[in-house]
Amino acid sequence: MTTTEKELLLDVQDLKVHFSIKKENAWPWSKPASLKAVNGVDLKLYAGETLGVVGESGCGKSTLARAIIGLIKATDGNVLWLGQDLTGLDEKSLRATRKDIQMIFQDPLASLNPRMTIGDIIAEPLRTLRPDIAKHDVTERVQAMMKKVGLLPNLVNRYPHEFSGGQCQRIGIARALILEPKLIICDEPVSALDVSIQAQVVNLLKQLQREMNLSLIFIAHDLSVVKHISDRVVVMYLGNAVEVGTTEKLFAAPRHPYTQALMSAVPIPDPHKEKNKQIQLLEGELPSPVNPPEGCVFRTRCPHAIPECAQQVPVLEGDQDHQSACLRTAELLT
Amino acid sequence: MLSTTANKEAVESFSEQLEVKGRSLWDDARRRFFNNRAALTSLVILGFVTMFVFVGPMLSQFAYDEVDWGAMHAAPSFASGHYFGTDSLGRDLFVRSAMGGRISLMVGVMGAVVAVLIGTLYGAAAGFIGGRTDRVMMRTLEILYSFPFMFFVILLVTFFGRNILLIFIAIGAVSWLDMARIVRGQTLSIKSKEFVEAATVYGVSKWAMITRHIVPNVLGIVAVYATLLVPQMILFESFLSFLGLGVQEPMTSWGSLMNEGAQTMEIALWQLAVPAAFMVTTLFCFNFIGDGLRDALDPKDR
Repeated sequence: MTTTEKELLLDVQDLKVHFSIKKENAWPWSKPASLKAVNGVDLKLYAGETLGVVGESGCGKSTLARAIIGLIKATDGNVLWLGQDLTGLDEKSLRATRKDIQMIFQDPLASLNPRMTIGDIIAEPLRTLRPDIAKHDVTERVQAMMKKVGLLPNLVNRYPHEFSGGQCQRIGIARALILEPKLIICDEPVSALDVSIQAQVVNLLKQLQREMNLSLIFIAHDLSVVKHISDRVVVMYLGNAVEVGTTEKLFAAPRHPYTQALMSAVPIPDPHKEKNKQIQLLEGELPSPVNPPEGCVFRTRCPHAIPECAQQVPVLEGDQDHQSACLRTAELLT
Repeated sequence: MLSTTANKEAVESFSEQLEVKGRSLWDDARRRFFNNRAALTSLVILGFVTMFVFVGPMLSQFAYDEVDWGAMHAAPSFASGHYFGTDSLGRDLFVRSAMGGRISLMVGVMGAVVAVLIGTLYGAAAGFIGGRTDRVMMRTLEILYSFPFMFFVILLVTFFGRNILLIFIAIGAVSWLDMARIVRGQTLSIKSKEFVEAATVYGVSKWAMITRHIVPNVLGIVAVYATLLVPQMILFESFLSFLGLGVQEPMTSWGSLMNEGAQTMEIALWQLAVPAAFMVTTLFCFNFIGDGLRDALDPKDR
């Protein structure tokens, strides 16, 4: 599968998001520390594909998503949407692209306003961004969309607290899709749901993706879900992308030591294999993103670290379909 | 005759056509409130007090400023028409209680309305916009807070004379301060909820965000605080009247009636007892209603 022929939708270039934090009891004039939540990430997303983003808690997955969509201001770098940089735009100019990029959130219930009926919730994006659409047309579209995501259209007048988590997530999906966007960013959309509901929601997303020709950025910490839905996967560690590749290649032969450790931790639903499996435990804690390690950010926990790792920042290297950021990739593969 | 399966299908398709009316959080709260006996009773009593206050003066043959020369310090009696007795100048206490109640309730309700309107919007705006705007708005509030309020009222009264309008202005000026702080705190916690983020993603404007997403979600606490604010304002007005800074004679309020009654309570107890009874009842009612609202709107906190 070659990705070069497809239309390039989103091109994230060296995106950085730093938060300045003041310590408690600090002097008012002391310099705030900077937390490097996302520290130089490059991404490319093509029309119709699904990009999985994985990594442990606190590695900057959600911050990356929020920076792409403009909920958090990027400190540095560019987010190019169809060639147009979104990072410098003000609210007014952003409105045009808001129709194209929508988001699904982690907590299904918290992402719905408890004082609004779900009909109003699903219709709100239309009413806000497409005031040209007539009222009865909006109602029709809402009902059609509810059918599409598997909700009975006669539930329009209910309130969010009357629904289960899976249903709430469907409402969230309907709200994101009603503007017929080109890209949906899913910020851990299934991690708050039961496994059986997870499968339903993931399959629903896949089906809708086929029907509406959507691109997805799918953030998760569950590798099996990511493997199931993604065409390509980015592995993040401490604000950096450490490995990028097509799903088959990356899961078949992970190159970066961090990805290898992640893969080895996935439970296998076969007791015999599970018993003989070797889990590659990572030593130590995730370093603080306030002062990440010099050189390679992973070297403090890497089983293969050598002194050079502290001096040189590794860059993503490899062919079109599989790249990893490790100085010793070539050496370790042989 | 329709076959049973066709019947079933018809019923099914009909049930799918039905739009089920959901029960909103407000509906739930209303049901819980009406199940609360103390609150419901208070609401009824308050209704009666309000009715008395507005209808009462019409039921009596006396006007509120009319002096009955033959009946000074007269005890309550039905025969003379002075149902609650008269004060030291021979004015009918029944009518004066009602007129005083109008002022007191008006002051209370006005304070609450001002607090709800200004306080909610001010607090929600400060909390939602955040950053420097928030800091400036909250510091302004603190400056107003630290202003010696009695001093402010005394200044107003000495410059402009005793006028009920001044009392309204003074009470309006302080009542919203607490409300703004409470609403700001609530807004800060709602602001970080995901539904606000979602609304940002599809470009809801700041004003719509505040009025559609923030304010409806703080209204519960606002309603509770407003009902508890009413008795506070009534007490406040009584306090001002007690100091002689309140309404202008011959107009009156429950506070100034009690002030007059307290001076003669050894010889004419009813002059203190009648306005005091009205006041205490009203305050209790408002407090019970406030408690009932709190329980109804936030059942987790019980």
